Amino acid sequence: MITKRIIPCLDVKDGRVVKGVNFLGLADVSSPVKLAEYYSSCGADELVFYDITASAEGRKLFTDILTQVASRIFIPLTVGGGINTVDDFDRVLKCGADKVSVNSGAIRNPSLVRDAAHRYGDQCVVLSADVKRVDGEFRVFAKGGREDTGMEAISWIKRCVSMGAGEIVVNSIDTDGVKKGFDLEMLDAVCSAVNVPVIASGGAGGIDDFVKLFKALPGVDAGLAASIFHFGEVKIKDLKQTLRDNDIIVRL
Amino acid sequence: MIAIINYGVGNLFSLKSSLNFIGADARVTDRAEDLREADRIILPGVGAFSDAIEKLRATGLDRVLIEEAHRGKPLMGICLGMQMLFEKSLEYGEYEGLGLLQGKVVAMQGVIPTGLKIPHIGWNALRFTQEDCPLFKYVNNGDCVYFVHSYYATDCSRSTAAVTEYGAELTAASAYKNIFGCQFHPEKSGDVGLNILRAFCETEAVK
Repeated sequence: MITKRIIPCLDVKDGRVVKGVNFLGLADVSSPVKLAEYYSSCGADELVFYDITASAEGRKLFTDILTQVASRIFIPLTVGGGINTVDDFDRVLKCGADKVSVNSGAIRNPSLVRDAAHRYGDQCVVLSADVKRVDGEFRVFAKGGREDTGMEAISWIKRCVSMGAGEIVVNSIDTDGVKKGFDLEMLDAVCSAVNVPVIASGGAGGIDDFVKLFKALPGVDAGLAASIFHFGEVKIKDLKQTLRDNDIIVRL
Repeated sequence: MIAIINYGVGNLFSLKSSLNFIGADARVTDRAEDLREADRIILPGVGAFSDAIEKLRATGLDRVLIEEAHRGKPLMGICLGMQMLFEKSLEYGEYEGLGLLQGKVVAMQGVIPTGLKIPHIGWNALRFTQEDCPLFKYVNNGDCVYFVHSYYATDCSRSTAAVTEYGAELTAASAYKNIFGCQFHPEKSGDVGLNILRAFCETEAVK
């Protein structure tokens, strides 16, 4: 049967990984290439690179780095950040990305999802949604979670899937950074609404949170996290072994 | 030299990089003489069957490919490239394939239980169905590889080298004489995938 995926997410600015990374035995911990190699060797099933630079030079550095990563690490690579047009898809796919994640760009221009899916296939288009509870409903936020769009999240996600989004990353703003577990209620609502892979993000504080996630919600396909992997609080090898010990199918 | 056929379908960056990474001399090409000169040929492919086979035929490389395959040169199709090796596909109609392997390509929809997501996307385990398949000499039964597909080959038991379980047994790899196919992406399957590519690089022509 298909395995549950574990996905580390790396924020890249001006060619370096930010948010700090704290590994033993890694000399240059902010090199995206070295970190990608490290995660790949630990059993990460996929990597997400998020470009948080705003300048044109930063963009160029990002694609250079991406090319280097894709020349040496042979697992699926997803790229997000600053994706506003089909040309942006083209730019990162040419450098070796397999999937492209859209968020604010799709909110500004929803037809981006359709146009990109038409050109590159549904499997290439990942919708990343930042979601927060407002007035008793799930609401989509834009601009890195700073701006309430007023759109109800489940209908937004369904709309994007109908336009060709092949995978959904659900990032719960309510649980993000709290480290008390994934937002099971929100994820359940999304899993019930769509039949494409759902990736859980936001809230993981330890290995148990991943066990709870996959036990409670068989419809969730993957768990994504950043800092708990970067700071070594959760080691991917240990995480996957514990998942297997709990009868959750993973790639070891 | 390994010729990677470029017929305007899909992104060949990772495939070429992965072959270079294991030390193979890989050339992305749309020239017939490169296919003739090559020791081995890879037919990649993503997207819709009808579109891809049409584009391949428009280049005329399909005929060269078939000639070289009949001469015994090792040939591997990847993903849609593998599906194109079969006699026909029923994706959005009925389309003739290259006919290098017996069998046809059909939709998972209606075959696998409802509730399972389509495409079949992610890492899944290989179960070998052939003994000593040359593609698998450096990997183990049960190793996981990365799949992205909605259609799969069937009625092809003679060539099936591995299957994967996704609500049904889906053809994951083919091997018959000098003709090989991977439904998964070896260039995205980590060390296991690199080892499958390495093994393909060591396959011999069949006289």
